[in-house]
Amino acid sequence: MNAPVSTPAVVIRSLTKRFGNFVAVNDVSLEVKRGEIFGFLGPNGAGKSTTIRILCGLLAPSEGDATVAGFDVAHEPERVKRSIGYMSQKFSLYDDLTVEENIDFFSGIYSVPRDRREDRKAFALELSAMAERRNSLTGLLPGGFKQRLALGCAILHEPPVLFLDEPTSGVDPIARRDFWDLIYQLSEQGITIFVTTHYMDEAEYCHRLALMYRGAVIALGTPSELKRDLGGFALLHLEVSDLLGAMDALEGQPGIEDIAVFGSGLHVRVKNAEQAKLPVREKLEASGICVEKLDRIDASMEDVFVGLIEAEERKA
Amino acid sequence: MISLRRTRAMARKEFLHIFRDPRSLVMALAIPVIMLLLFGYALSLDVERVPTMVYDVERSVQSRELIAAFRGSRYFEVADVVSSYVPIDRAINRGEILIAIVIPSDYSRQLLRGGTAKLQVLVDGSDSNTASLAIAYAQGVIATQSARLQLRFADARGAGPLRVPVDVQSRVWYNSDLKSKNFIIPGLIAVILQVIAALLTSLTIAREWELGNMELLLSTPLRPTELVLGKMAAFFAIGAADAVIAVLLGRFAFGVPLRGSLLLLALAVFVFLFGSLCWGLLISALARNQLLAYQVGLITSFLPSFLLSGFIYSIENMPAVVQAVTYIVPSRYFIVALKGIFLKGIGLPLLWPQLLLLSLYAAIVFAVASKRLNQKLVSK
Repeated sequence: MNAPVSTPAVVIRSLTKRFGNFVAVNDVSLEVKRGEIFGFLGPNGAGKSTTIRILCGLLAPSEGDATVAGFDVAHEPERVKRSIGYMSQKFSLYDDLTVEENIDFFSGIYSVPRDRREDRKAFALELSAMAERRNSLTGLLPGGFKQRLALGCAILHEPPVLFLDEPTSGVDPIARRDFWDLIYQLSEQGITIFVTTHYMDEAEYCHRLALMYRGAVIALGTPSELKRDLGGFALLHLEVSDLLGAMDALEGQPGIEDIAVFGSGLHVRVKNAEQAKLPVREKLEASGICVEKLDRIDASMEDVFVGLIEAEERKA
Repeated sequence: MISLRRTRAMARKEFLHIFRDPRSLVMALAIPVIMLLLFGYALSLDVERVPTMVYDVERSVQSRELIAAFRGSRYFEVADVVSSYVPIDRAINRGEILIAIVIPSDYSRQLLRGGTAKLQVLVDGSDSNTASLAIAYAQGVIATQSARLQLRFADARGAGPLRVPVDVQSRVWYNSDLKSKNFIIPGLIAVILQVIAALLTSLTIAREWELGNMELLLSTPLRPTELVLGKMAAFFAIGAADAVIAVLLGRFAFGVPLRGSLLLLALAVFVFLFGSLCWGLLISALARNQLLAYQVGLITSFLPSFLLSGFIYSIENMPAVVQAVTYIVPSRYFIVALKGIFLKGIGLPLLWPQLLLLSLYAAIVFAVASKRLNQKLVSK
């Protein structure tokens, strides 16, 4: 059932989905390699969930096509469903069933072969560290454990592709870190992971990212590529004697795109870092503001995210 | 193409839900018993031992003989013999008596003179059904007494032994004691099965949506048909258990005779239950939240099976429009079949039209429900 190594795990070509007049997904094309952890970012309503639902065979595309694990999502949804695991932001487990009953249920509906069932159950129990608590009611487990159990259940049938829809929302930071360790392990075993998130630190864990906005992919690349390009901008970090005075002084100056307070300093987005440094310093000093620090810095994912979306909004 | 394993996994999960949730367990198993006991004991349509008062104005041998006739009838319980209208008025207003017999002061004089004595019967008509039955029974007692007097007078006049011109020898078939519980209990089984099936089922899909699990289930190889069949299998088992409980209680706690074939009874229950479960699923497919599904389920199962099925209120007495509506109420056919099997002991040669109609109903509702459900699951 696994796709040949040479074919990408997920291929999306000119995918469009309309609901009446509303275009939820607009001409999206991308490929995800086998074993890759592919992050899907974007504000709510950007079209991430719709795209994932199409890829899971839950929705038919309006135009374009997509394959998952080599199977066409529109024409072979049954085969697609057998090749994927899906875990959503809601816990997706039955709270009134015990850990073991949940595993047995998913093992049943995923049609795990009889001779593999015990193995896979042991695997899921180990993955979620639940072997001792297999008879506990799932509803009584702490969030982080439930999350791992849901993940374990989603991969009982050893799917080559795994979709995680905001898998760590509502989970504490340590559990989130553990969860990502698991995702890395799975990726190393060759499982392709397609994950949506709105945690910027999690976005940095992904091998590659796509940023979706208003139904379209507006940026695609590795986290470091995205940060380097910053959508054609660079970032200056300033520490000055008067934050608000500095903001007023720089506002609207040529070459300056955006100014934001960041901690005790300012983040100034400029077209070209080296060309902007001198005029910025001169302007501030002319306004009687003492510049203590002025450096080019690497953007965080949050800067990238905000910068790209603001650029899109200016275009619109 | 339907996988037995996936269907079984679904059924097993559904069972666990029912047994883990005290509310649904109570709904599934306790409510039928409570309904059966409550209705079985409380809902008696028999009119017996009607509380009666007699105002004997005359106080003669003849009037006392009439009172004795009422005392001897199992339909009347003479609470008191009074000497004015005042206590009668008070007792009827307080609901202590239902009927009062007033024997006039010229009762024996009229009898002895060969005239017609006039009795007054006062009835509390606020429960019209019971009142008219009580009047009929009173007329019966009086007619018997009247006939007895007639014979005695004829005898006294030396007309020789008289014969009674027409004598009624009535024999009641199937429910020879005319016990209303004998037809209430089989009817009640239909009501209970319908309500339980519709309620349990109508909640089930709405619940998956509300918990947010439906999307996950749909992303797995589980097909909508398997999901539906799995859930139905679990509820079917619960419904069948309820049917067994109801039949056993009816037979042994209420002494309702079970004359027909158990196999045929099981077949009728099977077909009816299937249709009711499908009805619940259809509601489930149309309503996405549990509260709405519950309300619609209750109203569309309880009311028709209680009011329009011929369970208590006879369909022949309904207005033509309402009668027409009863043709689409499945319990109508089921109740005929149940009464036939329980009381008459009749078999398939007579009951096949009911079973056929029930199967037809089940098949149609199943087709509509799975179509709606499929549309909803696939498009959303």
